[in-house]
This record gives sequence, C-alpha cells and structure tokens, in this order.
Amino acid sequence: MILYIVRRVINYVILTVIASCGAYMLASATMNPAFPLEQRHPRPPQSTIDSLLDSWGVNPQVPLIERTATWFLGTLHGDFGIGVNNHPVADALFSRAGVSLQLLIVGSILGAVLGVILGVWGAVRQYRASDQFVTYGSYFLIAMPTYVLAYVLMLIAIFVNNVLGFHLLAFVGPYSADQPAGFFPQLWDRLTHIILPTLVLTLGAAASYSRYQRSAMLDVLGSDYIRTARAKGLKRGRALVRHGVRVALIPMSTYFAYSFGLLVTGATILEIVFSWHGMGELSVISIQKEDVNSIAGSTFFVAVLILCSSTLSEILNAALDPRVRR
Amino acid sequence: MAEPLLSVRNLSVTFPNRSGDVHAVRGVSYDIAEGEFFGIVGESGSGKSVSSLAIMGLLPDNARLSGEIRFGGRDLLELDDRQLSGIRGHDIAIVFQDPLSALTPVYTVGDQIAEAVRIHDRAVSRQAATARAVDLLRIVGIPDPVRRASSFPHEFSGGMRQRVMIAMAIANNPRLIIADEPTTALDVTIQAQILEVLEKARAITGAAVSLITHDLGVIAGHADRVGVMYAGRLVELGTATEVFHAPTMPYTIGLLRSVPNIRTAGSERLVSLAGRPPSLGALPRGCPFADRCPLAIEVCRQVEPPLVPPTAAGAAAHPAACHRADEIASGKIGRAEVFPVADAIPASARVPRGAEPVLSVRGLKRHFPLLGGGLLRRPVGTVRAVDGVSFEVAPGRTFALVGESGCGKTTTVLEVMELAKPQEGEIRVEGTDVATLGRVERRTLRADIQMVFQDAAAAVDPRLPVGDVIAEPLLAQRMPRADRDARVAELLELVGLDRGMAERYPHEFSGGQRQRIGIARGLATRPKILVLDEPVSALDVSVQAGIINLLEDLKVELGLAMVFVAHDLAIVRQIADEVGVMYLGRIIEQGPIAEVFGTPRHPYTQALMSAAPIPDPAIERTRERIVLEGDLPSPAQRIDGCRFRTRCPLYRILDADARALCDGVDPELEPHGDARVACHHVDRNPLVVA
Repeated sequence: MILYIVRRVINYVILTVIASCGAYMLASATMNPAFPLEQRHPRPPQSTIDSLLDSWGVNPQVPLIERTATWFLGTLHGDFGIGVNNHPVADALFSRAGVSLQLLIVGSILGAVLGVILGVWGAVRQYRASDQFVTYGSYFLIAMPTYVLAYVLMLIAIFVNNVLGFHLLAFVGPYSADQPAGFFPQLWDRLTHIILPTLVLTLGAAASYSRYQRSAMLDVLGSDYIRTARAKGLKRGRALVRHGVRVALIPMSTYFAYSFGLLVTGATILEIVFSWHGMGELSVISIQKEDVNSIAGSTFFVAVLILCSSTLSEILNAALDPRVRR
Repeated sequence: MAEPLLSVRNLSVTFPNRSGDVHAVRGVSYDIAEGEFFGIVGESGSGKSVSSLAIMGLLPDNARLSGEIRFGGRDLLELDDRQLSGIRGHDIAIVFQDPLSALTPVYTVGDQIAEAVRIHDRAVSRQAATARAVDLLRIVGIPDPVRRASSFPHEFSGGMRQRVMIAMAIANNPRLIIADEPTTALDVTIQAQILEVLEKARAITGAAVSLITHDLGVIAGHADRVGVMYAGRLVELGTATEVFHAPTMPYTIGLLRSVPNIRTAGSERLVSLAGRPPSLGALPRGCPFADRCPLAIEVCRQVEPPLVPPTAAGAAAHPAACHRADEIASGKIGRAEVFPVADAIPASARVPRGAEPVLSVRGLKRHFPLLGGGLLRRPVGTVRAVDGVSFEVAPGRTFALVGESGCGKTTTVLEVMELAKPQEGEIRVEGTDVATLGRVERRTLRADIQMVFQDAAAAVDPRLPVGDVIAEPLLAQRMPRADRDARVAELLELVGLDRGMAERYPHEFSGGQRQRIGIARGLATRPKILVLDEPVSALDVSVQAGIINLLEDLKVELGLAMVFVAHDLAIVRQIADEVGVMYLGRIIEQGPIAEVFGTPRHPYTQALMSAAPIPDPAIERTRERIVLEGDLPSPAQRIDGCRFRTRCPLYRILDADARALCDGVDPELEPHGDARVACHHVDRNPLVVA
C-alpha cells in the first residue's frame, strides 16, 4: 500500500513539474514583460530595460527553453525569480499563501462535511419535501456564479449589521485596518472577516458535494449489506450510519481531489471581491502586469495544492476502503 | 400438539404501484414447529422471499402487509421497528442469497460477527465478542479462524462468505433461521458444503430452519415439510415425501418433471410448462395456474381454489390448491399423464450426422500474466486459465464442458470464438486451422460458428427491436435487407416465437423468451457450430426445460455441432453426447456422457456427481456424499504433480507410496473403458457415487 501511494505521489510530483513549467513557458511565449517598462514616462533606455529583464530572467532574447530551465532550476532551491515590482516572487508567494490557505482549508473542510451531511440526509429522505428542498437549493447554488453569491451575501450582511446596530460581519480584507489590542479581540476581528467569504466558498462546495454524496448514498441504501445489518438487529438509523454512510464515503475521497481544483478557482474570484491579498489576487494582477515569474509562481502554488489534495485523497481512499489496501 | 414456533396466518403483502398494485403475497398460511426444517419452493416472483422478509420486518416502507405472523406469543406485524430489532438476529436470523454483497466491505468479518453479538447484549465486552466471533468461525468451518477473523470480506471466497453469514446468523442461538436461497450463487461442491454447515448450525442451536429455494433437489435432501408457492400463494403443503412422491397440484407435478435428474437425465424428454407465471400486478380471475395447466376446466378460470386437503382421498392427504385435486389424489388422473411430453424429432427429419468433426481443439492454452502491485508493475505470476484442452465435436453432437466456476470453461470457448491463433495449441473449424486465416476469411468463417450467452437480458441490446437483434449477424455477413427480414421471421418460428414479434423490444419478453431470441440470433447465419455458455442457468426451472428441449430439437433438426458450457450436471447429462470435466484449466475426465456420468472414474467427477442434489427425498436422505474440502485453488497457484491432489478425497486415503506418484507426476488423460481419465489411481479408487 505504501508503495502504491509512493508511486502515485511520484506521478503527482511529475505532473506538478510539468504543469508549472508549462505555465512558465506559456506565459513567457505569449506575454511581453518589457511592455510595462516601455510604457513608463520617460521611456527608460533600451539598455536599462534589457538589464532589468535579464535580472528577472524574462528577456525574450534568451531562448525559451533556456529561460524555463533557469527558472525551474531556481525553484528547486526556492528562487522563483523577481516580479515586475522588483521584489522576489518567493516572498509574495510565502505571504499570500497563508491568506489563501485560510480560506481554502476552512472552506473545503466545512464544504465537504456539510455536503456529506446534506447528501446523506437527502438520500435517506429521497423525494420527500426536505430532499427536494436540498436538491433545488444546491442546483441554485451550483448555477450561481461565485461573485453573484458573494455580493448577495454582502447585501445580506449589510442588512444584518444594520439590524444589529454594529458591524458584526465585515467584508473587506482578512482583518480590520486598525487592529484591536489583545489576543481575543484580534481573533474575534479575524472571525468577523472570515465568515462571509468562507460562507460563499462553503455553500458552493457543499452544494456540489451533496449531489455526489446523495447518489453514492442511494447506491448503498439498496445494498444487501444494509439489509444484513438490519437483520442482525441494528435499528434503521444505526445501520444506515455504521454500514451505509461509511461505505458511501469511499467514492467521495476521489471527488475531494477533483473538487479542490474548482474551489481554488472560486477562491480566486472571492479574494478580489473581498479584497483579500491572497494567491488568487496575485495571479490576476500578474496577468494584468504581464509578470511571467509571478504567474508561474502562482500556478506552481495551485499545482502543489492539487498535489497535496490528490495525495490526501489517495490516503483517505485507502483509509476508508480496505479493498484498495494491500 | 404444542404451539408452533412460527405461525403465519393469511399473510398478504402488496406493493402499491402506479400501474396497479402488485400483490406479491396473497393470503399465505403455514406453521413451523420448534426445530423443524421447513422448505419453501417456488420460481422467481412466486412471493417466497417476500413472505420471509415480511417475517423479519425487512420489506421496503411502501409495502402494505395484512394478516398475522405469530412468533413467541406476539404478532410480529404489530411490533414497531425498535421491538422488531430486538427479535431480529436474536430470535430470528436470516442468511441471504448473495454472499458476495451481503457483508459490509469495510469491516472485518470478525467485527461484523462481534457486532451481531453485542447488539443484543451490551454487557458482552469487545474482547469477549471477538472471542465468540472466532469460535463461531471455527464452528462453521473457516480454517485458521483467529487470523481470518481480522480479514475483510473481499478476502474470502463466495462459499467462505456464506459460512460467515451462517456464523453471524447463529451468533445469538436463534430459534428460527431463515435461509433465503443460501446456495443459489454457489457451485455444487460448495453448495454441498454450505448445506452441511447449515445442518450443523441447526443441530448446535436447535433452531428451526426455513429454507427458501427454487432448487427441488436441495429441498428434497433437507426439508421435513415443504410448501410450494406460485403467484403469491401456497399451492401445495405437505411432508417432503408427500410433495415429491404424491404431488397433487398440477404445478408441482409439472415442476418435478421439468427438472432433469442426474441419474436418469437424457433417457426421456423433459416436461416443459407452457407460458409463464401471471403478472402479480394484473392477476386473472380464477386459478393463476389455469392458463398453463392442461387439466384446467371451466371452474378453474372462475374461482381460485383454496389450499385444502382433497376430500375424496381420505384424511391422510395433504392440502393442495386445485379444483381437481380429488381426481389426482385418488388416482383417477394419473400423475404421469397430466403433462403431455412433446415428441422428439422423428428420425426421418434428422440430418444424418457426419463422422468428421467440424470443430477440433488440440492442446489449447491460454495464460494471463499476473501483475504485481509494487513500484513497478512487473509480472509476478501466471494465471493458467486454460492449460492444454483438447476436444472435438461432430455435426449433430453436443460436447459439454462442466466444472466449478473458475475452472476455465468459459475462457476455453471464448478462445475458440476468437478464431485466431491461440497462445499454444491448434483450433480447426471444418478442417481449417484458424491460425492461417486472413481477415476476410475469418469473417466468412464466423458465420459458421456462433454463440449464445448466459444472461440473455444483458446479451441483447435493449434499444433494438428483437428483429434487428436477430438480424445483426446477418448484417455483419452483409445480407440484403429483404432476405434478412424473411430469415428473421423464419428464425422466430424456429425457436418457438411468433413471426409478428420482430417489431417488439426485448423488455416485452420473459427471461425464457429472451434466451430464445439469443438462440435465434445464434442460428441466424446457419452456423454449423453453436457455442452455448450456461444458456439456462439464469432461467427459472419450469422455463429451463423448454429451452433444453428446443436445443435438443435444433441439434438433430439442423445437424448442429454444439459446445455446451454448464455447471449443472443434470442438465448436461440431459443434453450432451460427450462431456469433458474441467478442473484448473485441464480436462480431467472426458468421454461419452453415459460412460462418464454412469461410471465416473476421476475422484473429482465422483465428487461433482455426488454433490449434485437429486429431487427425490428417498434417494437424497440415504445418499452418502463425497464432500470436497475447501475451495477451488487459484489458477495462479503452482501445484506440482496432480492439480487435484490438494482437495482429492482419494488422495487422502491413499498410502504414502501411491501419494508420491500424485505429488510428483502430473497425470495425463489415459483411456479407461470408453472414457479417458487423468488420474494415476483409477484402478484402486474405492469411492462409489451414491
């Protein structure tokens, strides 16, 4: 089993390398990193532009393969090149990763848990009013673009704040500009900021999780071993949880890896809507600025996230299903 | 008489349905006494499983139940789920049909048995429950129970899982064990083992057993009393001897005559019950069997007969639901005359059978590499699925391959159907070595060899009208449209269906009819060879007979050479002319059917014959069985010398010198009598098949 996971991880690592090198090459081939420099007033002399481009490692004069190789070798010891703002990309990646991970980790865990619960509940109560409500509700959420949901929730938050008479729910950045003193006030401040974006992320994830979980659970509900569990004398609820949900979770471990990718996309939009200076924002800004190194860096970050979530899903799968263990 | 353990009174189960309610069980009453072995026989849809699930309270929520099920002084239908949960698994336990799916895949079998113990007695500690689970596994004959208790269900074979199910059922010493088709999914040799375990479980717990099955042979060997179900009703109820030797309801009479008996099969044609059971959603007035019954009179179509003893025959007669039961019980209507037996094809219409074989297979081998699960997927072994098989079939003859599942019989015929150069060996169709064929020649030759599959429902495209299904091989042979239509009509009649049915879709047909469609498709190109892979094993008993008769007729009428793969020995004896008994990729005994089944010489053939149940309680109860130990070894396992020696009942009683030969030398097929047998010790084999 360990060997199996090692084999899969090696696969993922290779994929990560290919994905980020691919992103670097694509960005280098299509973008003109000299463009922002050429637009400056006064236009810097060509020699200055060239030497800047050289120092960032993005000079179009150097062959693409050579630039990619230089970039890739740099990443091996943590050097992701210099961004157009003349700061190392690695520093930006490091500070922004934490901001994004806050959203992503909380959102994906809550989304998965809520989705599983809703899915199981819907399957057990198939075609009753409550199941219909969850079904239509989740289709509604899946159909709604992330930013629409975000703005709708913001409006609701403003309403709630007005009714309460104070700012319970904040929606600008991960914390207030003027930080309160003390640990607990600071924690509270962060909580009030994280609630809204997390809610958006969670609702979207839970909606699609619940669909998959519902159908997985429906498959299991009709199975012979649930009947066996009941025949042993287990009451309905216990038989469904111990023998039903436990088995219906197995396919979800695979879906976990896949849905994480979607979540990252959703988070990119959220960071901009809620003014979180995270990785998603970085990738959007760097595309606008034709900043090759930052694009490659943020792609690398996403690829590593996918690597981690895929590995986690392999491990989850093995933990849940003895048939794949060996 | 003491109060019965279980008393079912007027039980009805109805499933509401938009297109009319389905009356699955309609007023069933029977008793089971303490410690009794009660058998319920019936075909699929007869309501036998539904009535038993009703006792357990395990029917779907939408089922509407009425009547009374008295057990231990209470009416089970009155209890709520919490009260019933206390009875389930504690007083009444159940063993289900399909052991492969009846265990939760994610828990160890030890945990699952321990759970059954702890549900009903929280005072039992975890350790004590696990210890009890190990004991139970030992009782049901799982080798090395301490280690196996921590294995997961997928690490067990089907037979072993069914043992686990029985262990779970007897965990709390129940008073009633319901066994719902417990051996249907298993091979005969394993079936014999499981039935032994069930008898042992019954002896240990003193529980009564209610065995539900479609297999009359299984019932005959074990049940004290038997109830026969048809269309949701009990139609005959009596002791095993009464029901088997003096059946009174025409359905029972027909059922008994439609199953071949391994001892006598092939000597006479089977009775095939016309038609099929009525739909439980729209039952006709009167007796539900009237449409299929040759004795039906006017009253049968008006009034449904109650289950009462025939009055004329005296007090001793057992109850049967038939208006003409009096006449049958008193002997006015002879039981043998109830069903007319269709005549065999007259000799004049037979195609003279040729002496030259149309299909000949020599030393066929098919090995599959087994890949390891390590970092690099390199081959770690070989599965010898087919390991040197030779046979030939002449026109108008049937060659049957029999053996347990996994012995390589299906792989053998699929390899033949490839019409390509085999890994090793030689396949000749009409004298042509198929290895030498080009692409075009191969397609032409394919018209001469066609196949019929086991599961007719799955082998027929549900989106095509059956006319198109049957015409498909003709399309492949590029026959023009008009000729195709004519041929399809001709084929439908040939297999006993109506010409007009060509426009209908497969779902409008019953299982037996679908298999007829499969056969029609197989015959479309006028093949010389027809390969049939378990063509009747998915069908109900009363329908099987019709298909077997059809195949027998087609063989002589068209002079077909048939290769028939099956695990049911009685059916093979009924239909085959020659037989090869396969074990782990080899044929271990081969020859004319009468010779091989009349005087089986290989210990494996003997064990197979001995395990096959006979639908006659008098014979079944006095038989001494040769029960094989353990499961079929994996074909990836390397066994030196004779492959059968690990399970061989003869090997166990041989002396060391004789064993040395089995250990060291792989036996070849050698002539013995008219047959050829791969065993070193045929001459000193004292085993006799009872």
